[in-house]
Amino acid sequence: MTSKKDRVVELKKAVIRFAGDSGDGMQLTGNLFSDSTAFAGNDFATFPDYPSEIRAPQGTISGVSGFQIHFGKVDIHTSGDLADVLIAMNPASLKANMNWITREAIIIVDSDTFTDKNLEKAGYKSDPLEDGTLSGHVVVKAPIGTMTKEAVSPLNLDNKTAQKSKNMFALGIVFYMFNRDYKPTFKFFEQKFKANPLIVEANKAVLTAGYYFGDTIEAFANTFKVEPADLAKGLYRNVTGNLATAWGLMAASERAGRKIFLGSYPITPATEILQELTKHKELSVIALQAEDEIAGVVSSIGAAFTGSLAVTTTSGPGLSLKSEAIGLAVITELPIVIVDVQRGGPSTGLPTKSEQSDLYQALFGRNGEAPVIVMAAISPTDCFYAAYEACKLALEHMTPVILLTDGSIANGSEVFRIPKVADLQSITPPIVPANDPDYKPYKRNPESLSRSWALPGTPGLRHRLGGLEKDNVFGNVSSDPKNHQLMCELRQEKVNRVANYIPEQEVIGDDHSDVLMVSWGGTYGVMLTALEELRNKGKSVSLAHFKYIMPLPRNTREILSGYKKIVVCEINLGQFVNYLRMQFPEFSYLQYNKIQGLPFMVAELKDKVNELLNDL
Amino acid sequence: MENIIDTKKLILSKEDFGSDQMVKWCPGCGDHAILKSIENVFPEMGIPKEDFVVVSGIGCSSRFPYYMNTYGFHGIHGRAAALATGVKLSNPKLSVWMISGDGDSMAIGGNHFIHIARRNLDINYLMFNNKIYGLTKGQYSPTTPKGSKTKTSPQGTFETPFNPGELVIGARGKFFARVVDTNLKLMTQVFLQAAEHKGTSIIEILANCVIFNNQVHALITGRETKDESQIVLEAGKPMIFGADRDKGIVLRGTKLVAVEIGKDGITEADLLVHDPSDPDPGIHLMLANMTPPELPAALGVIRSVAAETLEEAMYASIEREKKASKIKCVDDLLTSGGTWTID
Repeated sequence: MTSKKDRVVELKKAVIRFAGDSGDGMQLTGNLFSDSTAFAGNDFATFPDYPSEIRAPQGTISGVSGFQIHFGKVDIHTSGDLADVLIAMNPASLKANMNWITREAIIIVDSDTFTDKNLEKAGYKSDPLEDGTLSGHVVVKAPIGTMTKEAVSPLNLDNKTAQKSKNMFALGIVFYMFNRDYKPTFKFFEQKFKANPLIVEANKAVLTAGYYFGDTIEAFANTFKVEPADLAKGLYRNVTGNLATAWGLMAASERAGRKIFLGSYPITPATEILQELTKHKELSVIALQAEDEIAGVVSSIGAAFTGSLAVTTTSGPGLSLKSEAIGLAVITELPIVIVDVQRGGPSTGLPTKSEQSDLYQALFGRNGEAPVIVMAAISPTDCFYAAYEACKLALEHMTPVILLTDGSIANGSEVFRIPKVADLQSITPPIVPANDPDYKPYKRNPESLSRSWALPGTPGLRHRLGGLEKDNVFGNVSSDPKNHQLMCELRQEKVNRVANYIPEQEVIGDDHSDVLMVSWGGTYGVMLTALEELRNKGKSVSLAHFKYIMPLPRNTREILSGYKKIVVCEINLGQFVNYLRMQFPEFSYLQYNKIQGLPFMVAELKDKVNELLNDL
Repeated sequence: MENIIDTKKLILSKEDFGSDQMVKWCPGCGDHAILKSIENVFPEMGIPKEDFVVVSGIGCSSRFPYYMNTYGFHGIHGRAAALATGVKLSNPKLSVWMISGDGDSMAIGGNHFIHIARRNLDINYLMFNNKIYGLTKGQYSPTTPKGSKTKTSPQGTFETPFNPGELVIGARGKFFARVVDTNLKLMTQVFLQAAEHKGTSIIEILANCVIFNNQVHALITGRETKDESQIVLEAGKPMIFGADRDKGIVLRGTKLVAVEIGKDGITEADLLVHDPSDPDPGIHLMLANMTPPELPAALGVIRSVAAETLEEAMYASIEREKKASKIKCVDDLLTSGGTWTID
């Protein structure tokens, strides 16, 4: 007789969603599964989904915390649409996630939590485990609480402490399902709970018990295996977008030879960048947690004047507060990088949800003619390169750069092939040597139109900057009408000419096809997945996904002219599409917009494109 | 910090700091005297001229950087303290001077004001207090005396004004001094003391706005009244004032009281002796609050307490971490922690 263990089904990819009460440790569970996934050699992407309250009322829908991982033998671009496996630690987490799983999804529940009281808190009128709600699904009813208690009984732990390991039981079941080795996770326990050997033993015992529970019960007809992905040779790690952003900034500081200064105020979902940078004093990071958003950006401008690579990090509401100061950096032509991790707006909006709705603000949200470079990172790992390049452009062109990321890619993680800093492009800020007899504050590089950088403390270069209009070249205060027009035009043209220093826009697909999907920023993964699936079905579709927004790549017009239909897909009401209409009014644009605090689904994008193809 | 400078070689004069820009303050404005005083102070400091940075916000006072030949930055309204913070943290060896007014510091920049005071960066903060908005032509400021009629308070203000010294001490500031624009000698002395003090030195300068608030400080600065309505505090000296040096300040119960020496058996030994270095802010707060005619306004350095500066703490932490950490460059960071290799 063959044991169940022998009945292994190979999958190309799978999506697992861990969900529980916000105190149930679902983020840790998800992260440990990610580590195991890396160990198994799969490509993967993850996304945490947690409430904005730290501890929302226990057992309620608003208190549900989730973590999704999409992993595969094939290239993985997103954290996945619908989950193939749901782990629901209580009724509320089952209810909250029913719309986010496939029709055939395997559901593992902690049946101990399906009490009348918890069902009521979750808003269930009857028990979904009994009333047919879950028909079509394989449901594994595991009395996780009880079995956790039993697993640790030899250790004489009190039940409250024991129940904290419940999540490891669930992880054990999933490890069994996917034929994972649980031993590497033991090492994590040994590190994490070094000071408390009893807790190490408890977690090991519960994880093992979960694993053997999976093996013992008859619920699974088979187990699954996802073979290693065909990844390029190299050293890898898992990074979130925020971590990658922080590291990209630090790499740029090292390459440019300029100390990094961060002036920032904590704000969801950007805070992790500030937290990460404050950790790295060993790399000479100067990080100031400012008294407010304004002091964050203004202290950065002071640091930029003084020769630092100056950065401020924020989200939409913070960017609003920084507007006036960004104008100051525009007129003083100083290099600063403003990272805006976009979230749902307006106002406080949806702080923990993602959106692409700060584009207008980044492009136009200042008084006067105040052009800045605007870029948008396209994925968690791209945050590293986008942050690096934002610094390069700011320093070499002496201008503020707004880098847009968003909550999805900031908190989402991806497999990151670790680059060597020496292999990144060089960064050469235009620093003026001491006593340069030709130095003038607003004398410009004839090609890029950038002025040069004379640092306080350097003999022979004393000068004054400020928010009042200055005369070109000499930099004295000037209200001369013609000079003002000249300066406005020069500042605009300086930013326009950055197009000569950035790569041309690429199209994935063909130069000519029936439909061109256009998108920008953090939606790259889902757009690419939709494109691949459409093209695999032989559809005439291509994708132009933009990372450089202001200025647009030089060949943008040429690209847009090659398609029967252009559909611009964004997580807003149509900001990029209107920007394109403004720049290239000769084309007609269709739109696909979603603004629900949710990412695009591959399926809905495909439906939209298919609809357009059918109408041709 | 790294100021190893042979001061003998640094013989600078006020011409080294004069700007070629036309000074556009109104004739008779108190700001002229302050500029003159700073031009005397900078050459005395033994610091190379390129190491001075003058930072300002918005308002009449904040035009100051354009009138000095140093590195200068004329910022935006209320935010000079944040600019100065970035400059100093970025390069601690610079001598940073911040110029602001009562509107810039106490109203739009109030938040930054209290935070720079508590953070204690080594910055010299000159707050020109003319108790009015001058550049916007005569609206009341947060220091305008209650009841004053201005363009935006035609019936007199209803608001209680700030006392800047009280705010500095309340924000746990370590240095506070007050001077008047009519006493160039005192101004220069105090600026030099502020420059020597390691930490945020906030100096309130009672400045006269000849156009919109003329004579607002007249009681304290007027030739006839000043001797009785101001007291110049000196460290280690008893608090004596008056044209005949016959009055003094004593602590009676929990209050400061003005007394006459020789009357009711009071001798000089009964007077309070000024100790600006006392970390306890109690007496300093009372001194900062003294208001004529009841008590003379306190001038000079009221509070000057030694404490670690923010930049010292931050850079010391960097040095410690550099020694302790295995991470020496970004490559080390990227490859630290959980990585795996694909062959």
